Order: sequence, then C-alpha cells, then structure tokens
Amino acid sequence: MNHFARIHRTAALLSAVTAATLALAEPVSAEESFKLGIVTFLSGPAADSFGVPARNGGQFVIDNLNKAALPAPYNKLGFGGMKVEPVVIDENGGATKQVQELRNLYEREKVDVVLGYIGSGDCLAVAPIAEELKKMLVLMDCGTPRIFEETKYNYVFRTAAHATMDNVGLIRYMKAKNVKMDTLSLINQDYAWGQDSRADFVAAARQLYPDAKVQTDLLPKFGAGQYGTEISALVSAGSDVVYSSLWGGDLQAFILQASPRGLPKRSQLVFSAADHVLPPLSDRMPDGTIIGARGAYGLMSQKSPLNDWFFKGYEAANGIYPVQAAYRMSQAILGLKSAVEKAMDKNGGKKPSTDELVAAMTGLEWQSPGGLIQMKLADGHQAIQPIAISRTKYNPDSKRVDLVDIQYFPAECVNPPPGVKSLDWIKGGMQGAKCN
Amino acid sequence: MNFFLTVVLDGLIQASWLFIVALGLTLVFGVLKILNIAHGSFYALGAYIAATAVTTVAAHGLPPSFGFVAMLISVALIGSAIGLLLERGLLKMFYGRDEVVLLLVTYAVFLILEDATKLIWGVNPIYATQPYELFGNIEFAGLSYVGYDLVLLPVSAAIGVLVWFGLNRTVKGKIVLAVIHNEEMSVSMGVRVNRVYAVAFAFGVLLASLAGALTAPKISMQPGLSSDVIILSFAIVVIGGLGSVEGAAVGAILVGLARAASVHLMPQAELFMIYLIMAAVLMFRPEGLFKRETARRI
Repeated sequence: MNHFARIHRTAALLSAVTAATLALAEPVSAEESFKLGIVTFLSGPAADSFGVPARNGGQFVIDNLNKAALPAPYNKLGFGGMKVEPVVIDENGGATKQVQELRNLYEREKVDVVLGYIGSGDCLAVAPIAEELKKMLVLMDCGTPRIFEETKYNYVFRTAAHATMDNVGLIRYMKAKNVKMDTLSLINQDYAWGQDSRADFVAAARQLYPDAKVQTDLLPKFGAGQYGTEISALVSAGSDVVYSSLWGGDLQAFILQASPRGLPKRSQLVFSAADHVLPPLSDRMPDGTIIGARGAYGLMSQKSPLNDWFFKGYEAANGIYPVQAAYRMSQAILGLKSAVEKAMDKNGGKKPSTDELVAAMTGLEWQSPGGLIQMKLADGHQAIQPIAISRTKYNPDSKRVDLVDIQYFPAECVNPPPGVKSLDWIKGGMQGAKCN
Repeated sequence: MNFFLTVVLDGLIQASWLFIVALGLTLVFGVLKILNIAHGSFYALGAYIAATAVTTVAAHGLPPSFGFVAMLISVALIGSAIGLLLERGLLKMFYGRDEVVLLLVTYAVFLILEDATKLIWGVNPIYATQPYELFGNIEFAGLSYVGYDLVLLPVSAAIGVLVWFGLNRTVKGKIVLAVIHNEEMSVSMGVRVNRVYAVAFAFGVLLASLAGALTAPKISMQPGLSSDVIILSFAIVVIGGLGSVEGAAVGAILVGLARAASVHLMPQAELFMIYLIMAAVLMFRPEGLFKRETARRI
C-alpha cells in the first residue's frame, strides 16, 4: 500500500514537473492567435489590378501558414506556433477614411499588427497615426519614396522597395539594351505615386541619357479614363520614348486607346508597373513594350523552391498566375513571420510585445518568392530588393503575353544606399551602386 | 496649322459625348426644375448596360456591328424604362416641395445607383472594346484618329438638332416649352403637366445612358465613373445656361476645347481652365450664356 502510495506520489510529482517544464518551454498556448489587420483595395479602381490579387496572395499564404504547409524555412505553424487570424478591410474610400479605419483596427479589433496599403496617399496618411498610437504598421505596397525620406518612424516599416528602384531599373535596362532616347514624353497620374515616379525617371534619365530632351509632360488626374487628347499630344510629339507609371484601369484604358492610334509604333513605350495588366489585355498589349513589375515578380520571378510553391499554388487556387501585388503581400507576411519568430527566440517563446516585434523587424533580412528582402534603408525600416525588367511578346499558342529579354538588377544597383535621399542619390550620379 | 486642327478635333471629340450628357441634364432642369445629381449615375448605368450587351453579343460569336446595335437598343429600352419608373415611382411624390428636397432625393438615387452598379457588375474594370474598331482609323492633321471617335461627332450633332427641332418645331415640343415657361398657365390651358414631366425625365435619363453607351467601347467601366461626368456636365450647363439646348452645345464645345488646348499647351492647368471659363461666364452672365433673363412673377 505504502509502496503504491509512494509510486503514486512520485508519478504525480513527475507529472507536475513535466507540465511545468512544458509550460516554460512552450508559453504560447494552442489557442493563442496572432490577430493581423490586412488593408487592401477590395473595391474601386485599384481593386482588380492590385487589391484583390494582394488579398488572394495573403489568403493563400495565411491558409498555408495555419496548416504549416509552407516550404522551409517557413514550415513552422502560423507565426511561431500561433495561428494567424486575419481581419481584412477595404482600402477604398480615401485617406481620411483610412485613418479612422486604422484606429478601429488597433483599438476596437485589437489587432496585433496592421499590414497593407497600396495607395501612396493612404500610406502617407496612416503612418503618423500608427506612430502616435505606438502600434506596429507594415506598409506592403505603396511606392512613394517620401514616407521615410521626409519623416522618421519607429513603429512603421515598408517591406517593399519604393519607386526609385523601378525607375532606376528601367533606365539601366534601356541603357543596357541600347534603347534610343534623344527625346522623351511622359504621362503620369497627378498624385504622389505619379509625380514621384516621374521625378525619379526624369532624374535617372538625366544621368544615363544626359542629352535626352523632355517634350510632352502630362499629368492627368487619377481615374481619368479617357486619354484621347493626351494621346494626340504624345503622338504629335513623336518622342523616341513614352514613359508612364499609370497602373490598373487607367493603364488598361490608356493602352486600349493608344494602340489603335499608333502610339506604340511611333514611340517606345516604357511602363514602370505594368505586369498586372498583361492577363486582362492579352493580345491587345503591344509587343516590345518595356515593363517593370516593381520587383522580380510573376513571369519575371526567379526559380526557387519558395517561388515555385507560391507561383504554382497561387495559380491553382485562383486560376491565374500571381502578379506584383500578390508577391508583395506574401513578402510582407513572411517578413512579419520572420520578425515574430526572431522576437520569440529572444524572449523565450512568448508572444512578442509591439516593442519586441519592432526591434526584431528593424534591419531584418528574409527570403521571399520575389528574392531576398533587406530592411536596409531608413534605419532598418525600409526594404530594398532586386528588380527585373523585360519586354512583352504575345504568344498565340498559349494565348498569353510572355516576357522576354529579361534582365535582373541587384537591390544595391537600383536602390539608394542608407542615409541618402533617393532623388539626391540619382542626381548625384547614383554613387555607390553595386551592379555586378 | 496642324496643331490648331488637332486641338479643335480633340476638343470636339471630347465635347461630343459631354454634350449628350449635358443635354439630358439641362432638359430635366428646364422642365422639372430639378438639379439631378443622379444624372452621372445614369451615364454610368448606360455604359455598364452597353458593356453587358457588347460582351454578350461577342460571346455568341456575332460581329462587333451587332454588338454596337445591341448596346444602343438595350440602353434605349432600359434607360427610358428606369427614367419613367423613377419619375412615376419616386420623384412624383416630392413635387411641390422645396427644391432642396428634390436635390436630396436625386442625391439619394445617386448613392443607391452607385451601390447597385457595384452589386450587379462588381468592382473590377469592365471592357467592351469590340465596337471601337468598327469604323477603322482616319488620318487627320498628320495624326491617326479612331473612326469611332469621329463618328460620335455627327451622332452628337444629330441628337442636338433633333432635340432642338422637336422642341421648337413640333406641337409636342411647343407643349414642353410651354411647361418650361409657365407651368400654371399650361395647366390652365389643359396641358397634362405630369405626363410632360414623366416624358422629359425619362428622355433626360435616356440621353445620359446613351452617352454612357457611346463612350463605353473606349473606356474602362469601373466604380466612380459617374461622379467625374456629373461635375463636368454641371460646368457645361452652368456655362451655357440651365435649361438651354444651345447653351449645352456651346458649353460642351467650350469645355472640350479648353481641356484640349490645356493638355496640348499647359497640361498642369487642365482642370483649372474649365473652371476658369465657368467663373468668367458666371461673372459676366450669371444666368449662363444662353439663358434668357425672365421677369420675376409676383
């Protein structure tokens, strides 16, 4: 009896010690989740080209994270064992609405981190609010370089390179391919993205094409839809190159209206962010157009186990291959996962606080389907990444626009070094660029 | 010379569809004294209906000319039916109330139609480009123009002439003019004013949706289409004078030419130029260019 009682006491003691040890080793309980606010365009002109692909990319990655079905090194369940619980809201409605929605996400929905934003105007509006609330914000897409160049943030990160990369990449590509550009015309939307892209492209052109002369410089409003007069002005100018950072429905409308009027035959079209219009335009996309995708994404992405998994999985889930917005959403989520797990490694496996997350994210590097992402600018808050540029060629057999003549540029070839403003770096001759 | 011709032609192409929208807006105001905020939504509705008709025809393997005809017929039927339904089912209940109430009612219709188009056609851009290639290309002033754009010029002019002729040279048109000038006197002379209201509103909606249909093949249909159009249309009818057919024509041409000249010469001032003209007209002729000053009835 005493013997059995002793065994029973010993077993109970062992069980208690084991349970205590397990509790210490795995403080994140099975029920604990990571609540992630996701903001992307679900309606409006940006939804089709950017918002919905971004949402689909996020959904695909999160679903697989919650099943621990990603390839290494992302094969751990969710974020550090916590299931990811997304709260998705619509970015449509303007910057004022987004400011209120961001507060709601933090204060009512109690999300741990907000991740998203496509519109440059929205990014500029919400970043100071996250900073004021001392909550972590991950900007995943917007392109204006001004966010971190005009203000310093502690709680805000951008996991994609800004527009400088797109435009420096385009100019370097054109120079490498001997594209003639004695004269240049431009058409960009009259808001932060369009104006900043225009400034970067013109500044970069002045470096590698110092004799190029700007002829027509158009800034139609966002969502203009009809470009008849603008196309007349561009065709009349007859420039060697017509550059544009138009995107989404505006870019599609521009191409549909410009092609029958012969603009692609008269000028070399150069678009900084056009991969997303290739599937809807199909054979109506002019052959030979030089395009960027704001990264090495989609049909320009490079082979890797992670990219193969993402490209094929996304295509199977959505019936269409992933374009830039889907890639950028995936790289933001994987970056956040890396930061959460890095912070948990440091704090003994507990769910990290906002400050622990911020410290882990600062200066982080991680692999994404689009290549290596490095938080190198803005004191570790702004990403740089490699970019690819190519030309379009319609393939009648596959009934798809293929991208040919692809050239890759390393991140440090097309992004400014830390501590230098983008425009100053370009105007200063892009000193320190590492292109080999 | 070529430059001048290019600006004029670009301006007229822009004016052609704007005139049709503004004509509907100005007619509704002239007869019903309603500043119809929902007018741009009828334009968008016409564009979406046209896109559906064109893509349906194309899906059946029929040529683009069938799509063009189908879009005009479907828009004419649906546009006028919606106009009649709205006037008889909603606006009629608010006649006699303050003009601001009617303005708010049309604003409510605008909001409802915005969401209705999203529900029916979704939020993604829709294209119906097949008819755009129907008339080939034409060389003019050293530039290649899409024939479809040029066809809009006589179409728009014909609509304007027909409306003017209908109003000024037919008995029914004279009845409408009588209602415009003095509704009470018209009633006392036996005019069925309610019927005139219904027909005028339905016709205004028809013109807006027809303009939407005619522009549909060259644009991408997406949410937000209506608000841009209504702002430009208001500028045109304010310049030309509310309720004036000739005013709508001249206003549309001025707006089209101002925009085209700005894009070619000073792109930064594109929107500014349109509102500069509007402000200048309001300064010297507050009633608009073509609205006759009327004696105030006591």
